[in-house]
Amino acid sequence: MKLMTCPVNGPRLISEFVYAGELRPAPDPATSDDDTWADYVFNRSGVAGIKHEWWCHSPSGVWFIAERDTATDVIMRTFLYRAPGAAE
Amino acid sequence: MMRLPPIAGEWIDRAVPLTFSFEGHEVPGFRGDTISSALAAGGVRVVGRSFKYHRPRGLVSFANHDVNAMMQVEAGGRSIPNVRADVTPVEPGWRITAVNTRGGVANDRLAWLDRLARFLPVGFYYKAFHGKRLFPHWERMFRALTGLGRVDTTAPLRATAKRYDFCDVLVIGAGPSGLSAALAAAEGGADVLLVDENGAAGGSALYARGGATQPTAAVAALIGSVAAEARVRTLLGGCAAGYYADHWVPVVTGEAIVKVRARAVVLAQGASEQPAVFRGNDLPGVMLASAAQRLIYRYAVAPARRIAVLAANAEGYAAALDAQSHGIDVAAVLDLRSTVGPRTQVYRERLLQNGVRVLNCVRPVEAIGGAGGCVARLEFTAPSGLESVNIDGLWMSVGFAPLTGLLHQAGGTVRYDSGAEQFVLDSLPAGTYGCGKLTGAYTLAECIEDGREAGRAAAAELGNSGRREAGRRPAGAECSNHAFPVFRHPKGKEFIDFDEDLQIRDVENACQEGFDSSELLKRFSTMGMGPSQGKHSNLNALRVLARVRGESLEQHSLTTSRPMFHPVPMSHLAGRGFVPERRTPIDREHAVRGAVWMPAGNWRRPEYYARDGHTRAQAIAAEVGAVRGAVGLIDVGTLGKVEAFGPHAGEFLDRLYTGRFSNLKVGMTRYGLMVDETGVVIDDGVIARLGAECFYFTTTTGNSATLFREFGRLATWWGMPVGLVNLTGHFAAFNLAGPASRAVLAALTDLDLSDAAFPYLAAREAHVAGIACRLMRVGFVGELGYEIHVPAEFGVELWRVILQAGQSSGIRPFGVEAQRMLRLEKGHLIVGQDTDGVTNALEVDAAWAVKMDKPYFIGQRSLATLAQRPLRQTLVGFRLAAGGAQRPRESNLIIDGGRIAGRVTSIGVSPTLGHLIGLALVDPAVAAAGKLSLRVDSGAQITAEVVPTPFYDPLGEAQRRKEGA
Repeated sequence: MKLMTCPVNGPRLISEFVYAGELRPAPDPATSDDDTWADYVFNRSGVAGIKHEWWCHSPSGVWFIAERDTATDVIMRTFLYRAPGAAE
Repeated sequence: MMRLPPIAGEWIDRAVPLTFSFEGHEVPGFRGDTISSALAAGGVRVVGRSFKYHRPRGLVSFANHDVNAMMQVEAGGRSIPNVRADVTPVEPGWRITAVNTRGGVANDRLAWLDRLARFLPVGFYYKAFHGKRLFPHWERMFRALTGLGRVDTTAPLRATAKRYDFCDVLVIGAGPSGLSAALAAAEGGADVLLVDENGAAGGSALYARGGATQPTAAVAALIGSVAAEARVRTLLGGCAAGYYADHWVPVVTGEAIVKVRARAVVLAQGASEQPAVFRGNDLPGVMLASAAQRLIYRYAVAPARRIAVLAANAEGYAAALDAQSHGIDVAAVLDLRSTVGPRTQVYRERLLQNGVRVLNCVRPVEAIGGAGGCVARLEFTAPSGLESVNIDGLWMSVGFAPLTGLLHQAGGTVRYDSGAEQFVLDSLPAGTYGCGKLTGAYTLAECIEDGREAGRAAAAELGNSGRREAGRRPAGAECSNHAFPVFRHPKGKEFIDFDEDLQIRDVENACQEGFDSSELLKRFSTMGMGPSQGKHSNLNALRVLARVRGESLEQHSLTTSRPMFHPVPMSHLAGRGFVPERRTPIDREHAVRGAVWMPAGNWRRPEYYARDGHTRAQAIAAEVGAVRGAVGLIDVGTLGKVEAFGPHAGEFLDRLYTGRFSNLKVGMTRYGLMVDETGVVIDDGVIARLGAECFYFTTTTGNSATLFREFGRLATWWGMPVGLVNLTGHFAAFNLAGPASRAVLAALTDLDLSDAAFPYLAAREAHVAGIACRLMRVGFVGELGYEIHVPAEFGVELWRVILQAGQSSGIRPFGVEAQRMLRLEKGHLIVGQDTDGVTNALEVDAAWAVKMDKPYFIGQRSLATLAQRPLRQTLVGFRLAAGGAQRPRESNLIIDGGRIAGRVTSIGVSPTLGHLIGLALVDPAVAAAGKLSLRVDSGAQITAEVVPTPFYDPLGEAQRRKEGA
């Protein structure tokens, strides 16, 4: 079984983790037009490649970002959201 | 008897004889014998029938790399199918029969299929199944003819343990290179687990002796060093049967699967010897030379009396010497090659000295069967012309194929090396290493050196990088593999795949039909798709394929065998269900009161409480009646319960829910509606403010775990330092509801329950029956009611106390069904029942709970857009006269002029009102017309009247009931 490294709890079985989609910047609701907003809420990019994703270590509730290549399923690194020094 | 005198290192215990039966005949053996070795010792030569043509078959690989010897075993009252005789130790008293025969292995009544071979072309199944008309006919026939062992469906359920192990370096294969790798890794400081499917370490070095009485001293020394090394643990009799992500390897033992997690893996599985392909190569008595050597040195069995060796390497000459030294007459060594190298030369001279005839440039023509269908004669051509030799055993030693199954599963690749005439390691994924025959190393010294390097690298890098270039074979070394040991015969029956009875012309025909790559060939012809997954057949098939296409093997690739690498009993793989059923703290109280259970999310909840002499509907109506007329108590402990605290808690809830909570007064509650970014309703609950910086709120039962997790993500994303605690399991919760609820509660608490002191929608912390509780005045069921939350450990006590206190008032516990009816009478929606995945907040008439003037909440932007547009659907109430035979049900459609205009979401006969009431999501224009045409299950349409909700107590007086009212 695949392993994933939680930034707080270290390497754990992938079955302990929950995926919550790609980290995507939200457009400003106050200024975006309907089309921009609809694109944000309804569309997701399925293009394979390196993505930043939300993952949660479910038993401990730690949310973090995983940099993962969705073409090869290789996890490059994991880090806490907005942690000092971590690029988003 | 073919049993030899005792041999140094034999695996049998002659002190413990045993007997078992095979096909009705008593067979003797010793403890330590496998089924196959005992049969061979007893002179049994035909051990099975082939899959397709039912040809008699004997031992070929004696390593489980073919499935000629596959048995049905009756033992201990069980019938076990597909037991692999080559590797399964036999037990006394077993009753064994060959699978896939009709009437026994000796006189299989399906043997006539062999004569039909001409009419069973490659891809026969696909062709047969093409026509729809004949499909049932073929299906019946194939079902009767095919399949191997019989599954005993009456076998009792058996739970098989799963075990786990961990190590720094997992070395797979305990031959010379694996032993050497394990030792080097341990010396490098690694904790090593060495596994081998055989019962002893040493690999081929134990049996490929070249006539010597003992294995080489170097190997014995290596085995001793590994045994003495404290950092190496050795697991024998365990087959590493697959490779899964991040070095997760299931090791299959006789009793269980051991799931091993390693930091680095060394693949040292060696190679499986490959047969030569010629007419009659499947006759019993024709076997791999290594199989014969294993029979001799492990089990002291002479597989034949007079043999010829078909050789193309030094290993074949060594096997001939092994035969001679155990009294087996070697009629000839027939070498396919024209010249031999220095490794062969050493053995060749000894054989010539012993008077053995050695011929070069030999081409086998046909192996011919004698009595019982076993091999009796080999016809071959030599430079001198056509010859034949009388034998009862033919040993093939024409080459090897490294076991690449795990390597491929791990993501490694191989390339064909035309110097070694085999596939060799080309690339390895991080953290895996290969050594031994996989890299082209064949001599003992090469293997030991190669293993040492791999083990050292594995320990040093521990999976951090760990690629190591392959190709350890010294340039110009004598090759052990023949480039094309395939010899066509005009009459065919030259078998490439023994599992599936595939011949040379099957490959050729498949190519002709366009299935001319290894992947297509495999699927069309089923080459390599039998239980041995091509271990003895894929390489030769690829050789034929490449030749048909006029290409070299460098241009071809091996197919990936699937995990598991060897067949594994289903009971090893089967697991138990680990989805827990959650139960509230009051669960046992419900059981003693006759609760009929229903699932709710992960929970079980009482649907209603069964009563003698009452139907389900009557029992539910009585529960509804109790709440409306007196008082009822329901367990609502399955609700999600969350505490949010800190200076930002109110703002956090403002962003989470559509309503406003930052201005909620301490000691008050407010309904909360949650929508997603598209404005679709996803949850609702009650939010109570217990302190300036402390909120306590509920979510629906089914959503509680995922929502709580999402709260954490949102707090992280928004950068809001808000404390969140999931109290779902910590608190028991009840709803005490009904006109008499205040009186029942008053007897148990000092809290002032007057409407002035504890008004509708207020929240209080107080003691009830001496237990600290959180109380909220709620109105979900439309009566005066209190939701009481109490630490789980006091739940049962409080439940009992309240029921006791309410006895004189006619209190009754009520279940989920009664609650559903009570809320339906009030027109309250249930998220997920009266809404679906596209129902937005405006469509369920919840605009009152949506505060658009807040700075931000999830879904605000989308609801603002939706508010500009006409509603697509709306949730309305309807009524019907009760008693009609055609009662509509939930999800029945609403039809308007022949089109679907909506659907019923909730419906039931209201015990309070005496007629059918329901909710429907429907086109607003249709709802405005005041009549709904419901299409019931029978197809008939009946008309319902749209009515305003709530159906019961429209002004909400009951839930606001003051004391004394």
